[in-house]
Amino acid sequence: MRRFFIFAAVFAVLVGLAGLVLTRPQRVDRTQLDGITPDLARGETVFYAAGCVSCHSAPDAVGQEKLNLAGGRRFESDFGTFIAPNISSDPVAGIGSWSALDLANALIHGTGPKGQHYYPAFPYTSYANMTAEDVASLHSFLGTLPAVTTESTAHEVGLPFNIRRGLGGWKLLYLKPGWVVDGDLTDQQILGRYLVEALGHCAECHTPRNGLGGLKRDLWLTGAPNPNGKGRIPGLTSDQLDWSEADIAEYLKSGFTPDYDSAGGEMVEVIENTSRLSDDERLAIAAYLKAVPVPQIEPPSE
Amino acid sequence: MMKRFSIFAAGLLTVAAIGTAIAHEGENPAVKARTSIMQLYAFNLGTLGGMAKGETEYDAEAATRAANNIVVLTQIDQSEMWPAGSDNVTDPSTRALPAIWENFPDVGAKGQALADAAVAMQAAAGQDVEALKGAMGNLGGACSACHKAYRAPKD
Ligand code: HEC
Ligand code: HEC
Ligand code: HEC
Repeated sequence: MRRFFIFAAVFAVLVGLAGLVLTRPQRVDRTQLDGITPDLARGETVFYAAGCVSCHSAPDAVGQEKLNLAGGRRFESDFGTFIAPNISSDPVAGIGSWSALDLANALIHGTGPKGQHYYPAFPYTSYANMTAEDVASLHSFLGTLPAVTTESTAHEVGLPFNIRRGLGGWKLLYLKPGWVVDGDLTDQQILGRYLVEALGHCAECHTPRNGLGGLKRDLWLTGAPNPNGKGRIPGLTSDQLDWSEADIAEYLKSGFTPDYDSAGGEMVEVIENTSRLSDDERLAIAAYLKAVPVPQIEPPSE
Repeated sequence: MMKRFSIFAAGLLTVAAIGTAIAHEGENPAVKARTSIMQLYAFNLGTLGGMAKGETEYDAEAATRAANNIVVLTQIDQSEMWPAGSDNVTDPSTRALPAIWENFPDVGAKGQALADAAVAMQAAAGQDVEALKGAMGNLGGACSACHKAYRAPKD
């Protein structure tokens, strides 16, 4: 996964520097957050469903320590290393001084409080579909987590990739809010779509990317090369994943496959998060996966 | 002429490739041995998992047998089953990551964590289905903790 994000970042910069397009950072209209009463319990669900903890907890933190969102995980690449920042409630080292609007701009538009573009290693291309209510609730929930004073570490990325302005071009191409799977869906599938496409960012790993690091939306969830070496991130479309909906929900809860193999690799941290959702939510994810269209073209067999 | 030659060459290459693929099947008995143990874990977990999920009726004796088996499996000395050069970069027939050979103490600790979880299951499995369900999480967690760090996804 890491390498892919990095590709995305690198090409973003290149596209931008080539002068193709230099876009201004987009922001949320502040009235969108008016009149919303944040719901802490909902914020906690969003926090786990969106997997914030998997990237922003300190490397090797276990159990309760994971709620110290000190950052520090390294996303390595040939071009340099991105380091997840501190997003704890500390007002100086973390984001404790951020308003809900600041958080909405970061999650929905990939735009920082100073108007800077974020690298897509932060999966805001998914979060772009989050509701304003969920952002506000998540903002309140983050405020209840411990303040950690660990300074965020600067990315170890050299010229020209460290010019954030260049990301504008990439965003114009690949930051596309809106659903991939559309059409006649049941309420359950619509819930599942929100959990997968907006919050869970499952596609970041399970969908192949093009040369510019953008997701191939026509091969949505059909599986992808493993960016960390041998093997393949499995496809989740019904032609490849023939498990029942109950089996899929069970895997997202306990990590057990129908044959009682147990999940491995990067999926283990995803399951730590999905195991905290409700049975109904896990079944909704499964129902959505059954509705993802099987593409007519063969996915490349790398 | 050139074209025929390349078709011929391509044919030869394919034959060679199939040859190596076949040669790899069962080429490394150590890989076969260790994946067989893994399969036996999974089979016995299946007995317990079926009861935990209510797919099969709870049966204290059958559950205890499965738990006993898992405990016995964790006692097998696997030292000879992980020889150098049987990682997935060197040998395409395995999913074992090279990191195993750089972190033997940690791999051992993860094996021990599984052994402990299996003993806890052994104590729980015969009591009642609630106790069995309670022990299931740690057992599965011990499998995944090792697969997270040391196993590549399938091809
Ligand atoms: C796949 C890993 C990943 C996930 C998941 C993730 N982030 Fe991040 N996040 C990053 C990285 C990497 C950056 C740094 C981006 C940059 O500097 O351009 C970042 C940046 C941020 C920032 C900007 C911090 C600052 O100081 O400017 C905020 C806020 C943030 N993330 C919040 C969240 C929240 C909330 C979630 C869950 C909804 C989340 N992130 C999920 C990797 C991730
Ligand atoms: C100490 C590390 C470790 C523990 C603990 C562990 N595994 Fe594994 N498992 C591996 C590795 C490494 C592989 C890949 C082996 C290979 O391909 O050579 C593997 C492979 C497997 C496979 C695939 C076998 C095949 O035929 O290719 C299954 C199934 C499996 N494990 C089940 C389990 C179950 C169930 C448990 C818990 C009861 C478990 N494992 C505990 C390390 C571990
Ligand atoms: C960080 C990368 C990553 C993300 C994000 C991710 N997955 Fe996975 N997923 C994997 C990997 C790697 C595997 C293979 C696990 C293994 O080797 O045991 C996998 C396996 C699976 C499988 C089992 C498929 C099979 O054939 O064995 C399912 C189902 C699945 N993921 C669903 C999801 C869902 C639903 C989401 C979003 C909530 C998601 N994944 C998000 C990396 C990811």
